[in-house]
Formats: sequence, C-alpha cells, structure tokens
Amino acid sequence: MSLPIAPKPAHRRFHQARWDEPVIFELSTPGERGVLVTAVEPGVRDTVGDVVATLPEGLARRTPPALPEMGQMRVLKHYLRLSQENLGADLNVDVGQGTCTMKYAPKVNEQLISTPKLSAMHPLQDPADAQGALEIIWRTERMLAEISGMEEVSLHTQGGSAAIWANIAMIRAYHEANGEGAQRREVITTIFSHPSNAAAAKAAGYDVITLHPDADGYPDLAALKRALSPRTAAIMVTNPEDTGIYNPAIREWVDAAHAVGALASYDQANANGILGITRARDAGFDVCHFNVHKTFGTPHGSGGPGTGANGVSAALAPFLPGPRVVRDGDRYRVEEGGPRSIGAIGPFHGVVPNIVRAYAWIMALGAEGLRAVAETAVLNNNYLMKRILEIPGASAPYATGRRRIEQVRYSWQELFEETGISSEEIGIRASDFGMHYWTSHHPYVVPQPFTLEPTESYSKAELDEYADVLAEVAREARETPEVVRTAPHNQTVHHTHHDDLDDPERWAITWRAYRRKYPDAVGA
Amino acid sequence: MSEPFVHPYIPNTAPEVRAEMLAAVGAASVEEFYADVPADLRLGRALDLPEPLVAEQDLARHVSGLLARNVPTTERLSFLGQGTYAHHVPAVVDEVIGRSEFLTAYAGEPYEDHGRFQALWQYQSLMGELLAMDVVNVPTYDGFQATGTALAMAGRMTGRRRVLVASDVLPAKLSKVRDYVRVHLDLETVPPVDGTADVAGITDRLGGDVAAVWIETPSRTGAVEHRLQAIADAAHAVGAILVVGTDPVGYGVLTPPAEQGADIVCGDIQSLGLHQWYGGAHGGFIAVHDDPRFVMEMPSRLFGLATTDVPGEVGFGDVAYDRTSFAHREEGKEWVGTAAALWGIAAGVHLALMGPQGMRDLGEVLLARTAYAQRALGAIPGIRLTDGAVHLREFAIDVAGAGLTASGVVDALRAEGIEPGVPAGEHELVVCVTELTSQRDIDRLAAAVTGLVAASAAEAAATLDTVATPEEHRA
Repeated sequence: MSLPIAPKPAHRRFHQARWDEPVIFELSTPGERGVLVTAVEPGVRDTVGDVVATLPEGLARRTPPALPEMGQMRVLKHYLRLSQENLGADLNVDVGQGTCTMKYAPKVNEQLISTPKLSAMHPLQDPADAQGALEIIWRTERMLAEISGMEEVSLHTQGGSAAIWANIAMIRAYHEANGEGAQRREVITTIFSHPSNAAAAKAAGYDVITLHPDADGYPDLAALKRALSPRTAAIMVTNPEDTGIYNPAIREWVDAAHAVGALASYDQANANGILGITRARDAGFDVCHFNVHKTFGTPHGSGGPGTGANGVSAALAPFLPGPRVVRDGDRYRVEEGGPRSIGAIGPFHGVVPNIVRAYAWIMALGAEGLRAVAETAVLNNNYLMKRILEIPGASAPYATGRRRIEQVRYSWQELFEETGISSEEIGIRASDFGMHYWTSHHPYVVPQPFTLEPTESYSKAELDEYADVLAEVAREARETPEVVRTAPHNQTVHHTHHDDLDDPERWAITWRAYRRKYPDAVGA
Repeated sequence: MSEPFVHPYIPNTAPEVRAEMLAAVGAASVEEFYADVPADLRLGRALDLPEPLVAEQDLARHVSGLLARNVPTTERLSFLGQGTYAHHVPAVVDEVIGRSEFLTAYAGEPYEDHGRFQALWQYQSLMGELLAMDVVNVPTYDGFQATGTALAMAGRMTGRRRVLVASDVLPAKLSKVRDYVRVHLDLETVPPVDGTADVAGITDRLGGDVAAVWIETPSRTGAVEHRLQAIADAAHAVGAILVVGTDPVGYGVLTPPAEQGADIVCGDIQSLGLHQWYGGAHGGFIAVHDDPRFVMEMPSRLFGLATTDVPGEVGFGDVAYDRTSFAHREEGKEWVGTAAALWGIAAGVHLALMGPQGMRDLGEVLLARTAYAQRALGAIPGIRLTDGAVHLREFAIDVAGAGLTASGVVDALRAEGIEPGVPAGEHELVVCVTELTSQRDIDRLAAAVTGLVAASAAEAAATLDTVATPEEHRA
C-alpha cells in the first residue's frame, strides 16, 4: 500500500500496554543494589563504636527484611512498565469518574513546585525563611473564602473526606461549647451526598439519618422537616447532589436546620459547575468544604494526596483546625489553634505541594476564568447528556426534561433488562477503547448506574468520542453480548477472578502472606 | 467582555464550538442550565479575585517569585524533625511518581489501572517485609490518622474504653488522636521513665477494661522502646491490644514490633522516599497480622492478588470491600477516601531500591550519627541529655544548666544559619540528625552551642560582677 493513509475506523484501535511484568519480589537477584547509603564516617565510628552490636538485647533485627535486591535500572524499568499499564487522566478522556472532577492538572504547576525552594522546606523552620510558602497558603485561603463566601478558610486537611471529618469535628465542638453536645446526637444527610458525610458523622459518634429524594429526584424538603428535631446536630449535604441536580430549595433546607438549632454543612465536592455562580455562605451554610484536588486542578495521584479546604462562618471560625497562617502587615506567621480549635487533623499545614498547585491554577484563571470553568463544565455536561440519552437503553432517571449542573447519574436499566449486560460489564468493555468508566457510589439507588462528569477540560470531539464508545458497547451488548461479557480484550490483564478476595483463608494482601498460604506456587 | 474569553485549560471556550454545543442541546445560553439555582442565591457579580496571569510565562514568574522568598533546609544547617524528616530521596523515586500515568490517575479499575493496583499491592508487600506483618493498607492520610484508626479498631474489637498511652507522643498527634477517638475511648497517660515506657506502671494500670496499650517508638524524643515484648505480654494477659506507632525507617536494623508482640503497627511513611514539602507529604500505614478479626476492622482499601483467565497473569482486586464506607456508607468501618496513594507508590519504589542491605545501612548510619550527636552535645558543660535510652534520629537536650532557654538557643543559632532543633518546653530542645547530617554538620552545631554556652557563662559572670559594684547598689 502506498500513500495516502486510509481514514481511521470509527473507533480507536486501542490496546493497553501489556508487559506481563512479574511481582517485584520475583525480580530479585541476591547481592544487587538499587541505591547506596552514605557511609558512617571513621570519626563517628571511632567515637560511638558498633551501634548495632551494642543495642540492648532483643532490639537488633535478627533476620533482614526480605526486600528484593535489584540494580537501579531494573527497579526503574519495572515501575515504568507498571506506569504504562496505568491509564492516567493525562491519557484518557477521563469523564467516566463522576463526582470526582477529573480535570486537567496543568504541567506548568508541576514545574513550579519542583524546586528545593518548596520540597526542601521543613515546616518548623523560622517563619522568616518560609515567607513564600506562608504567603501562598494565606492567599489561597483568602481566594477560597471569596469563592465560597465564607469568613475563614483552612487548607489544613489532606483530602475531601478528611475535610468532611473536620466539618463534623467542628460541629461537635460547637455544640459542646454551647452545652448542647449531649442533646444533639443526630446528623441528617441525603443518599445522593457523598458516603463520607454519613460515615464521618458515624465515626464522630452520631446517629445518621439518610433521606431519599422525592419522586422527581429533588432533595425532599418535607422529609427533612420531619427528620429535624432538637436532637439534630447538623445537616451534611452535597449540592448539586451526585445526580447533578441542584437543590432549588437549598436555602429552605439551611433555614429549616437553623430553626431547630442545628448547623448546616455543605459538601462542595461538586462545586465545579457553580464557581462564581452561587456560594455556600449566600445559601446560609455554617461550614463547607472543597475538594481542592477536584475543583482546583491538582493531580489525583492514583488516589491522593488530595487537599481539603474547610470554610466557616465567623461563628465557627474559632473551631477551625490548627495551625493557621496569619498575616501581620506584609509578613506571615504561624499561629496555633485557640482554646476552642479542634486542633490538628494532620501534621502542619496540609498538602503544601497541592496548595501551591491550586494557587497557580486559580491565578491562571481569575474570576472570569473560574466562571468560564463552571459554565463550560455545565455546557459540556448537558451536551454529553444529550449524546448519552441518544443511546438506546440509556436513561437519566429523575428530573425528566430538566437540565443538570456538572454531572449526571445515568442508568443502563433498560439495556440490562433487554440484554442482561450490567453497567459493570459495560465499564470493563469501555476500557478496551481506552476509556475509564465507573458505575457509581453504593447503594445503587439508580439501577445499573453510571455517572459521567465531563468537567471543562475535554473538547467536544473528545466528548463525542466517549459517547461513541458507550454507544458502540451498547450495540455490542445487543448484537455480540459475548464480546462484552468476556471483556477486557485489549487490556494489560484479562478477566480477573475475585473469589479469593473475600475469603480470609485465600486472600493475599502481601507477598509474604501469599508465600505462606501458597507455599507450592510457581515462582514463590 | 469585549473579546471572547478563550483559555488554554478550557478548550470549549472557543466561540464556534461553544455555539455549536449550545445549539446541539437547544439552549440559548448557559444560563438555561442554572434554572434550578434561585435568583436570590446568585452571586450577581464577578468574584473578587486577583487579576489572573493567563500567559504561562507570567504565571511562572509570579509563583516562582513567591517561592524564591523561601530559604529551604538545603541553604541552612537543619536539625529539625518532630514529624517531618529530611532524608535522601533517590532520583528514581521522583521519576516514577512524576509519571503522568501515576500522577494523574485516580480511581480506575483493576483493568485500565492495573499498574496502580500492582504498585500499591507491592507497596503493601514491601512494607509487610519491613514490618514483618502480613497485612498493610493502601495508605491513609498520615501517621496521625493511622494511629487514631488503629486505636479505634482496638476499641471496636474489645468493646472497651480505656487506652494507656505509655510513650511520649508528639503533641499535635496526641491532640488529633484524642479528638478522633474521644467518643469511644478514654486516653490515660502512663508517664515514661528515662525516655521509654514504664512497664510496671503499665502493668499496674492494666485491667479487663483496657482496650489498648499505645506505644510510640521512636518516641517524640526519638527514644526506642526496648521492652515491647514485656508490654505485649502484660497487655495480652488482660485481653488488651498492643498498638505500636512507629517510623519504619529503622527496621533494617531494629527488631520490628510484630516480632515482639505488637498487634497493630501504624505510623507515617514520609521517611521512606518523600521530600519534606514543608510538612505536606505524609502517608499513614496500618499493619496487622493476617487475622480476619483485625482485617475486617480496617477502613482503608486493601488490594489483593488474584488470578485471571490467563495462567501466569498477575491480577488484582479489592480485599473484603464490604468493610468500607464505599460499600456501606455509615455501616462501613470509619471511612475511606482520597488519601495518599502516590506517596505509597513512592515508598514502595524507595524500599525496592534500598533492599535489605540499604535499609540496614540506613538504620546503622542513623543510629551512629544520633549517638555521635548525643555525645557531642552532651559533652558541652551545662547541656544534659534528657534520658539514657537508645535513640534513633532524634534526642532531647536540656539547656537549663547552661543558663539558656530552648527558644534562646534557637534564636541565637538561627542568626548563624543553623536550625538547632525544636523547643519542647522552656529548656528542652529536640535535635534531629539523619543520613543527610554529616559528622562535620554535627561538629558545627556542637561548636555553635559551645560558643553560646560560653557566651552565656561570660554574661552571667559579668552580671554577677556588675551586681557586686557599689555604683550599682546606689542606682
């Protein structure tokens, strides 16, 4: 064949890297070294002698840890191969992980943080030596205060759920300070709020009441009013909910909570579509949090580190976790939490590299840019919804005919009833086209669910490609269901058997447990 | 706005495509999508934010300019620890966690994110070897959270409320743990003796209502616990659980707590291949034996090995997912969410590079330099080591005998470009050395402190002279 090159087929002929890489312990060769450690100086050794031989009895390790012994390049190669067997957001149209706002994390921000001026900073250095870091933390908190409308913001927590914990810990401390700690034992949330609101409230000692939406999918104000009482400590709600539906009565929800003396806590994990449009404080919330790694463009790190931002009203500000960064004139210093602070949630100032990334992200966009982020995320979502609803067998339960904000919880129930192919199977098959797809948080209130959140980062052509893949998989479910059932076909590994993962006799959470349980295994 | 706002991070701000998409969904403007947001909740103005720096070069100049005001530990002589430690980070670690595929991935499934599952399962396994334990979690946020959860697990398993805190714990960590568990558990302090746990004191306080004994080793001041087995035996005799909070950096040479009776071992992985990041790079590990009573109480993800349709292929999946809040909301164990996976991958790469000999060498150099620094500072007149325990990386000195305060030492030495340690009380200073702290560095610190002590003594003598003069009395 000669030029010209033929047109591309309708669907990308993707294949994930398949290095068939063994587990790292099988790559060990006795005596090889990956990196060497600086030697103890003769002067030190002469002074202190053999520090290992003179350890108190029982303190010296008898058997060295069975870590692999590998040359440096082999370690590198192993992990680079594993990286190729991983589909990061940079490589895919990452709209399939709804609720998680998989947006572009700009490369310039990686360059900016990659300096000893940040990475080699110790948190207890003289604040005079840390003015750059402190100013960035302070400025980022002030920008998030403006974006949320809250009085004060703390970037101390290390993820969204850690921020939810900080929210409920502050609420608990607030009620205790008012002498109502023993009385207020209940937290009310909704089934389409992130599960960590329910789980963190439970961990803090509260009884959790979970409300289901009304028939139209909107949060049920009447049900809330029935659930509220003097026992209520707080409502903890996400808005828009994980359905992408904005609660139009959110102010009434907050007012109803306040009417019984409860606080209102706003999970803003889904804030990407409302930046610059509407703010937590303007709806009356007492506390809120952002998932900075979602909304403010820091990379998700294969599951963290994230960053949480806790915003509070003036009344709740004394309860914020510490330490805080404070500005004095044009200087910045660190202040430990006051007597009512819930104290440290984690070490020091939170995930500082993410805070610098988020600062740079906001500074690259400004007010007009944040509004464009929100509006475009919402436009992309409603465009993708139109494309998805054109696929026979897909639906968007609730709020029929209404728009959504930044994501949609869809259902393959019709397709499932027709073909027996589940949402999970569709997701596995979608990976054969180089796409990530997630079903939804449990429980599956929406049957055969999937949640797509396109954010502002993907072009129309990419959204079209994603919708085309789902349409193709739905077609396969009808016409060649075995292709879907036996997926994946183009992945690093084939269909995986999960039976061993729930049996304590058979599961293998580490290599040493595997060797112990399966002593005759090849290569073990 | 006069010109269309087109931003490089937002492709569909391009006017033609925007119009095309609006037309496709039958909307006149984006305003239609916000129909459910009540008018009185609308902001109705632009956010009051600084002018943006939309050109990449302008942004870079601004942010780099701010960071340039930092003076990092590479430009000072730092003896700072207390939770964040300056260790060497091998280049390969940064190379691996800087890869887009790992850096920007999130929650993919075991197929398209096979590499993430394998890297994190290997992290669990490498930590398991170092700690001599069969079960290690996908990292939680940090050692504070890991310890809070470990104690909460002990509370749930025993149905008891009392926890004996038998070591010196970092104040911030203790604050977090106390607030985290206080609904379920009461923390009681058993003061350490000469740096380490008071075994007799623990035994006296133990009873059938004790959920856990909590040991920190190294302690806040770097003291290494050397009677763990005795503590474990005493705790187990009353059905209590031994929770050991630790830093894994020493277990190339030190006996891992699991071999001396620990039931839950937890702590932070920052020392294993992570930069200091101004305290912003922590990850928490929780390790237990392969006992379902313990495993089923863990809130974190646990990745497990699995077979596939192809013989010889290595597959992965979630172990006992039904434990988690992802599966059952408030009916799960505590909660699970975005935490510190990338740092776990880094720690795994670090352990693979170090191997058994590297971890042994590291442990030895840490013990040796710590002992050397203790001698160098302890030999200065008026400076006293606070205890006689074995120390790893950190130790405390008392400067009262030299007529100094800890903050006074810090202020004076900062003027010489030295961060001598972290004050812990009026006269106690916690000093930290790592493999990055050379003999010469320690000698320089000792010389500076010696100079300070001499100056203090001279000043004291001068004051005495002054007081003795008749002129002074008349004034």
